[in-house]
Amino acid sequence: MALPQQKGDATAERLSALSRPEGGAWVSQARDEALARVQAMGLPHRRDEYWKYTRPETLVDAAAPHAGVYEPYEAQVFDDIDRVKIFFVDGAFDAEMSDDLSLAGVEIETLETAGAADIHWARDLYGVLEARGQSPVERPLAALNSAFAGQGVVIRVTGKAAKPINLAYLQREADTDVMFHHVIKIEEGADVTLLENGPAGARLNKVMEVEVADGGAFHHVRTQGRAHERRAATHLFARLGKESIFKSFTLTVNGALTRNEAVIELTGDDAVAHIAGAALGDGATGAFHHDDTVFITHDAENCESRQVFKKVLRNGAVGVFQGKILVTQTAQKTDGYQISQSLLLDDDSQFLAKPELEIYADDVACSHGSTSGAIDEEGLFYLRSRGVPKPEATDLMVIAFVAEALEEIEDEAIAADVLARLEGWLERRRG
Amino acid sequence: MLEIKNLHVELEEEGKQILKGVDLKLEAGKVHAIMGPNGSGKSTLSYVLSGRDGYAVTEGSATMEGADLLEMEPEERAAAGLFLAFQYPVEIPGVGNMTFLRTAVNAQRKQRGEEELSAGDFLKLIRAKAKTLKIDADMLKRPVNVGFSGGEKKRNEILQMAMLEPKMCILDETDSGLDVDAMKLVSEGVNALRDAGRSFLVITHYQRLLDHIKPDVVHIMADGRIIKTGGPELALEVETQGYAHLLGEEA
Repeated sequence: MALPQQKGDATAERLSALSRPEGGAWVSQARDEALARVQAMGLPHRRDEYWKYTRPETLVDAAAPHAGVYEPYEAQVFDDIDRVKIFFVDGAFDAEMSDDLSLAGVEIETLETAGAADIHWARDLYGVLEARGQSPVERPLAALNSAFAGQGVVIRVTGKAAKPINLAYLQREADTDVMFHHVIKIEEGADVTLLENGPAGARLNKVMEVEVADGGAFHHVRTQGRAHERRAATHLFARLGKESIFKSFTLTVNGALTRNEAVIELTGDDAVAHIAGAALGDGATGAFHHDDTVFITHDAENCESRQVFKKVLRNGAVGVFQGKILVTQTAQKTDGYQISQSLLLDDDSQFLAKPELEIYADDVACSHGSTSGAIDEEGLFYLRSRGVPKPEATDLMVIAFVAEALEEIEDEAIAADVLARLEGWLERRRG
Repeated sequence: MLEIKNLHVELEEEGKQILKGVDLKLEAGKVHAIMGPNGSGKSTLSYVLSGRDGYAVTEGSATMEGADLLEMEPEERAAAGLFLAFQYPVEIPGVGNMTFLRTAVNAQRKQRGEEELSAGDFLKLIRAKAKTLKIDADMLKRPVNVGFSGGEKKRNEILQMAMLEPKMCILDETDSGLDVDAMKLVSEGVNALRDAGRSFLVITHYQRLLDHIKPDVVHIMADGRIIKTGGPELALEVETQGYAHLLGEEA
């Protein structure tokens, strides 16, 4: 079926502005297939149902909207963690800044290196999980990424990784338009922690495909950069095997537009998937629009999934949550939980939530909830009655509000780093 | 220490009058108890004194050491030495008990123009005080009141009181939800804080708490006013004859 004209034009314009990265046979084929998907779907349009609450134009337009470099001097968020650092500067891998990529229990390559080979194990995943994730809802920006991203990492975890891997994205130039595509394969019983931080560019399109084999574990913690003007569309595709564990947490502060999509498939019995996020936006220091769009499919028995999303919004900031749990007929004994909450610090801010459950199995426990509210006056008074001045007491109540999401970070030192970032953001805004 | 004169208070939203002319004078170093049936205005009095939103003072005054309490923000009242032990302590997830207490102690010191306590000194102090209240390291680390039992919450209130060293302590039904052992522990904590410069206002339904925390003066409150004032024997009278008897006397 031909695309509606506007959508077709916008897609053609964007595609003509992009150039295909070089690569060997396997990756070229994957990119060809992805390109065909984009052409068939067309890029998102504001009349698309899935983009009802977030306008996609600036993510789609051929030219990235302006975003200056915002880099107040500060240490990298995970600096106190012993980790393998992999730096990307303005969208390209920086070997000099990065650590040596050898790590016990893990094979790390750049996408450039892996893509240069004629054949590579990553061909079973690259663009494959993304393609699976196009149904039942289309995610054209992810297919666009599979077709055109030339930078990223390809990681295979064969044992217990000796330390976390940190992908750090720096922006040095204004108006950069960057894409990353990461592929992560966790073999049976293997275990890794992946950290991500930084704004990456004026406009970021990122895809991460993660396969966790039986008994494997993937821990993911990311902080999206503090740059006010940045725009990002990210996709996290995951497929989980039997008794595997997947845990992902994202802290977002600032950013004109962020759309974080996660598509998780539980395909082996007894798997666990937790995805959580805390987003804090203040319209007084620039536009803030944050969208978490999550789709979890239970396709095996006795699996557990948890979605915990908290948003703190003020001065006209906008938060969006679209979350779905799909339980197929075979997925008996599913334990699904979904909560999305916003703390609206004034009347100008807005939270739009669309929680969904679609269940075909008859023996499941699924619950979901969504709330919007002001700061808890009872708690605020309790803190003030102990002598804590109102601004500090308000910040403590904000931390209390996002606590359930933060608690999804298992590692205490990593959680402390994330909390410190959050506290710093609050402190700078103290009234 | 505390002087309340002809205090009239109504609920801001409903305009319903709760306190209808309370008079009370509490000297330094004394323990006064306020007893009274449900709905008599005891808790409202404690909230109004500590500065909770939602109440409108329509007449009268409340001063602490001569300073107008009603003009102050809740945190200013705290820094001036007022402390309310809550009937229902609030759970604050994500904020460690110890972090909270250090924030509170130092916020008060800052407001009073005193130097902040160093992390080391604070730790030494809190460990010693926690021990006497049988509060273990885990309880200090956990988020404020989250998952605490009723008794643990009340002990935590007394720990806060011990750390903040207020001049004027209001205990709002601190005995509610406590078993005999917990009540003893909490009372011992309170008694350890009694001294010549510190006053207590103990709000309770029952006389049993007053067996442990011996009051100098007992007030009976009913329908928004103090209807009778006497010595400890007044509490015993309530215990044996009930409030109806006293209310009848008043009528």
